[in-house]
Amino acid sequence: MYQYIIRRTLVFIPMLFALTVIVFTLALLAPGDAFTGKSLADPNVDPEVYERQREEAGLNDAIPVQYGRWISNVAQGDFGKSLVFNGRSVSELIEARLANTLYLGLFSLFITLVVSIPIGIYSAKHPYSLLDYGATGFGFLGLAIPNFFFGLIAIYVLAIQLDWFPAQGTLDEPGMTGIEALKSRLHHMVLPGITLGLAGTATYMRYMRSEVLDVLGSDYIRTARAKGMSDRNVLYKHTLRNALIPIITLMGFEIGMLLSGAVITEQVFNYPGLGTLFLSSVVNRDFPVVMAIAMLLGILILVGNLLADIFYSIIDPRIRYD
Amino acid sequence: MAEQPVLDIDKLKTYFYLDDEKVAKAVDDVSFSVYPGETVALVGESGSGKSVTALSIMQLINKPGRIVEGTIVMNGKELLQMKPKQMTKVRGNDIAMVFQEPMTALNPVFTIGNQITEMIRKHQKSSKNQAREKAIELLKTVGIPRAEDIMNEYPHQLSGGMRQRVMIAIAISCEPALLIADEPTTALDVTIQAQILDLMADMRDKYHMSLLLITHDLGVVSEYADRVMVMYGGQIVEEGPTKELLRTTNHPYTKGLLNSLPNIDKHVDRLETIKGTVPAAFNFPKGCRFSTRCPYVMDKCLESNPEITEVGPEHYVRCYLHENGGIPNDESR
Repeated sequence: MYQYIIRRTLVFIPMLFALTVIVFTLALLAPGDAFTGKSLADPNVDPEVYERQREEAGLNDAIPVQYGRWISNVAQGDFGKSLVFNGRSVSELIEARLANTLYLGLFSLFITLVVSIPIGIYSAKHPYSLLDYGATGFGFLGLAIPNFFFGLIAIYVLAIQLDWFPAQGTLDEPGMTGIEALKSRLHHMVLPGITLGLAGTATYMRYMRSEVLDVLGSDYIRTARAKGMSDRNVLYKHTLRNALIPIITLMGFEIGMLLSGAVITEQVFNYPGLGTLFLSSVVNRDFPVVMAIAMLLGILILVGNLLADIFYSIIDPRIRYD
Repeated sequence: MAEQPVLDIDKLKTYFYLDDEKVAKAVDDVSFSVYPGETVALVGESGSGKSVTALSIMQLINKPGRIVEGTIVMNGKELLQMKPKQMTKVRGNDIAMVFQEPMTALNPVFTIGNQITEMIRKHQKSSKNQAREKAIELLKTVGIPRAEDIMNEYPHQLSGGMRQRVMIAIAISCEPALLIADEPTTALDVTIQAQILDLMADMRDKYHMSLLLITHDLGVVSEYADRVMVMYGGQIVEEGPTKELLRTTNHPYTKGLLNSLPNIDKHVDRLETIKGTVPAAFNFPKGCRFSTRCPYVMDKCLESNPEITEVGPEHYVRCYLHENGGIPNDESR
């Protein structure tokens, strides 16, 4: 098992390397750089000034040279300085946003699981019941509605019309502390959390329903019933453990989905997370930040998959990595 | 057989309500009794209703199936009147069952020990340690080496024969009065089959159980069963003591089954078969259900289904031929 984890982690290295090449290439393929917009916006500044800044930032060097410089800095843990935010370091910028995005992601995952798994089980226990049909309808809707659109509706109805939840931000007032801050933070996360988790909730619900139905029809469930086990025991012990196996796999992917989905959702709710930073950095051609976030997302997705594999082997004894 | 039967089934009907209003009469008017300590074999082709009969006794029929009529009396208690919760105290405790597929019958994500002890703890209210000791003892009884180690292993680590032994250990753990074995050896190697059947016969004697053995193997029947019931189309077509039934077969279907067995004394190029297949359970012929395949079919057989009648000591048959002195002695068939 430990060997497996080490092996998997070693495989990360070439994958991350490939990722940096792809992201770097894509970034440079985009027309313009961080100074293009500025020179157009203010014609009074001598273009020579920007040209000098370009030279300083090394943007005029050959592409392989730029890449080599960047990757050797990254290998030493230095992601460089932002080209836009007056030279603040990239790590500092990301640090400030990462926690917000992780809170939102975990909160969203929590809502997703708490809603989808019980409904999925109920649907499987009572197929073709009213609630099952309702859940199916909700599932289609949840998968079909784009994130940003649902977010806008949620803001319009729940924030503006009913005024139940705040429409944006993370806190009521800056500088709040303790329980008050936590409450305010959770309150602010409800709408973006639901929006972000909508598609996932629909997916898990459908998976859970079909898995539980599948397992309930299996031979070992018949055996458990023939042994005189109660319905509760059969459902929560014998069925659930087996039905959760594919859900675990799904969750590994979901971690990546949550983070990439956050880019749009955070934008809609003006939530100060990695997503908004990523988007604004792309728009401003702030490549050091874009690269760093892309790397971070890549690592998180890989770690998510590794975690799924580990959980998988814990829950299913047939899977052993050695 | 003056004793009280362990299990007494009367006019059991289990129907499956399919789409487009078809009704599959998987078990249709089946009555029989099982007496203490005896082995009764339930024989028939696939689709003849053997397994559904067994599952009906356990009340493990799933939708769209339903027991529509009949009584199942176990040691004086009427099972079909019981509430689902009471029934969970009967299942496993009074009646236990061993299934056909040992490869899939055990839950893959729990240890063998867990799957045995949960049943002992449910029915016998024993402590964790007592249940564990009992489980190890049971595993030894059914001939599993390294019983202590096996307790902590998972089903996929065992062979098919071993898993079936575990299933038997589970089934006998609460010393049920009746053990139902639904084709327990069909999925196993021939060499293992005899071991498993011998083991079940031993357990039957050791724990004074009755055994309801579901099989399609008449060789198994002749060796292990005291009495035989032959099922066809959801009904019992012939019933009798094993020796008597095998010697003086009265139903053409039973005869067909016997003829399709290889005989060590006779050299044949091809084994006999019964032509055709079992009719679908929602589409039985109007008269005798075997009439579509019976080599001796008469006009009468197409009109009405014969009643089951006694033709010898404890020997019953559902066929009009017995009125004319049994199956004609016609070797060309």
